[in-house]
Amino acid sequence: MIQPLTMPEQGYTLTPKEDAIETQMLEVSMGPHHPSTHGVFRMDVVLDGEEVRRLKPVLGYLHRNHEQLAEKMNWLGSIPFTDRLDYFCSMTNNWAYCLAVEQLAGIKVPERAEYIRVIMAELTRLQNHSCQAGFLLSDTGAWGTPLLYAFREREKILDLFEAASGARMMCNYMRFGGVRADVDDDWLAAARKVVENYPCFIDELEALITGNEILLARTQKIGILPRELAINASITGPMLRASGVDYDIRKVDRYGIYGRLDFRVPLGEVGDVYDRYYVRILEMRESVKILQQALRDIPEGPSDAGVKMRNFKVPVGDGYGRIEGPKGELGFYLVSDGSTRPYRYHVRAPSFINLTILEDMCVGHKLADAMVILGSVDIVLGEVDR
Amino acid sequence: MLGNGMIQGLLVTARNLIRSYFDPECLTTIQYPEERRTLPENSRCFPFLVYDGTPDNLRCVACKICEQECPPQCIYIEVERDAKTGKPVRRPRVFDIDYSVCMQCQICAEVCPFDAIKMDQIYELSGTDRFGGMLMNKGALLKSNEYYHQMHPTEANEVDARLSQSKKKASPPAAKPAAAPITLQSAPPPRPTPSAPPSPSVPPTPPVPPKSDV
Repeated sequence: MIQPLTMPEQGYTLTPKEDAIETQMLEVSMGPHHPSTHGVFRMDVVLDGEEVRRLKPVLGYLHRNHEQLAEKMNWLGSIPFTDRLDYFCSMTNNWAYCLAVEQLAGIKVPERAEYIRVIMAELTRLQNHSCQAGFLLSDTGAWGTPLLYAFREREKILDLFEAASGARMMCNYMRFGGVRADVDDDWLAAARKVVENYPCFIDELEALITGNEILLARTQKIGILPRELAINASITGPMLRASGVDYDIRKVDRYGIYGRLDFRVPLGEVGDVYDRYYVRILEMRESVKILQQALRDIPEGPSDAGVKMRNFKVPVGDGYGRIEGPKGELGFYLVSDGSTRPYRYHVRAPSFINLTILEDMCVGHKLADAMVILGSVDIVLGEVDR
Repeated sequence: MLGNGMIQGLLVTARNLIRSYFDPECLTTIQYPEERRTLPENSRCFPFLVYDGTPDNLRCVACKICEQECPPQCIYIEVERDAKTGKPVRRPRVFDIDYSVCMQCQICAEVCPFDAIKMDQIYELSGTDRFGGMLMNKGALLKSNEYYHQMHPTEANEVDARLSQSKKKASPPAAKPAAAPITLQSAPPPRPTPSAPPSPSVPPTPPVPPKSDV
């Protein structure tokens, strides 16, 4: 005999309906296949009509045991695996890991390598943010067109990455104490050309979507993240700054050469989806400024500190290296016991922590808005699940 | 005016559509199987083994450094032993790379002290056999130094210079035989896009036995 399904005890009450028809909540499992093109992710949503009453993100479909793998591998061997964390931004992932190891081992990075790292990180930020705008528009229903404009520009940056590092996405480019291969003058000229043309693309993207009335209606006053909640939930990155908190690790830590570069940190006012979108657009314009300065000032010299690759050992201790990744604070916490492999290896993934606040933003909105809010968080599931 | 922003957006797409008839810059895609983009010199795909002159004269000495350092553990090496004495000879008897596991990270090529393993640029390697079809044995991996020169000319010239120097250091009076194969490659041929591996397809070897020490 089939038992009748009963709803378990829930912490919400039904909204009284005027026509007094008995209604009940509907629990929908969205996913785990691409609910909105962001990866293998599932949301358990409790709906009252079309309104979201409760939302539970379900993670772990892409778990690859990254941290445990890294503890079984020597220090160098983890770098290609960090590429696969946030596969849009392999350069910044490499940098965060190398920064943590360099802090731990006390390695001084040559000047030219620092400049190359900044150039690569800002190019990564450009392509990540432009693609994020495209994905957000895909979530609102503008399927394809803005995303392909973003991908067209991304191709140019990926070509640069390929010419410098050998691979388009899984770059594996940074090394402890520098970068793996120096860039030549041809590469720098090509990078200058891409950077020079990038503001034109940002203008085009803005003309394409920013003023669009449908976008404004779908994003403004949707998924508001209050300033206090954002701080308490340790949100970082453009999401935090869209809520009006002036916190950018490039300014706070001044790692690398960011201390002597001139750029500003754009902030949002309302903290809704539109602010999160627009803060990223403004960040791209600042990234272009940073790139122009870095490409102008890049000095000659070695691009590597000459750290040996095999049997590389790190003194006993623990360290935390963090950078401002395109998605937020990307940190690596490493404990060394003096051997050739880390004793403990932990990743503070920005996508994962930014995702924890999803329910607070979505409750009270329509189900279709939940997709847009998820799109504005800018997650990559490779990093969320690790 | 309501709808102004949408019209602006449509103008952008219309401009791109019209420009694509006149401006080749706007055509960003290519017709892939017929046209191919030339890869940058640094571009890398899967690893291969370099030999000088003849395939017997391979640079690998079976030191197993790449096998140890490979992050996904896709390399398997067995040292060749002398038939009579049973002592190890400095060359591999078995050298297998499982391309289905390899993640093209280039660490094997970086750590190799003998410049014996380098990165290929062949990316069209799809096959129908899931279980061992991508397992490359020594015969399939061996490629000549000239092939390496065609793909990565700058890097290959550096490697040749380094190798000839180390050989000179090792044997100063008898530098003649060592220098002979290198002078052949002093002028690299113009670099075409590598289309197919020079070695024909090799029947797949049986799967690698699991390593005992992992």
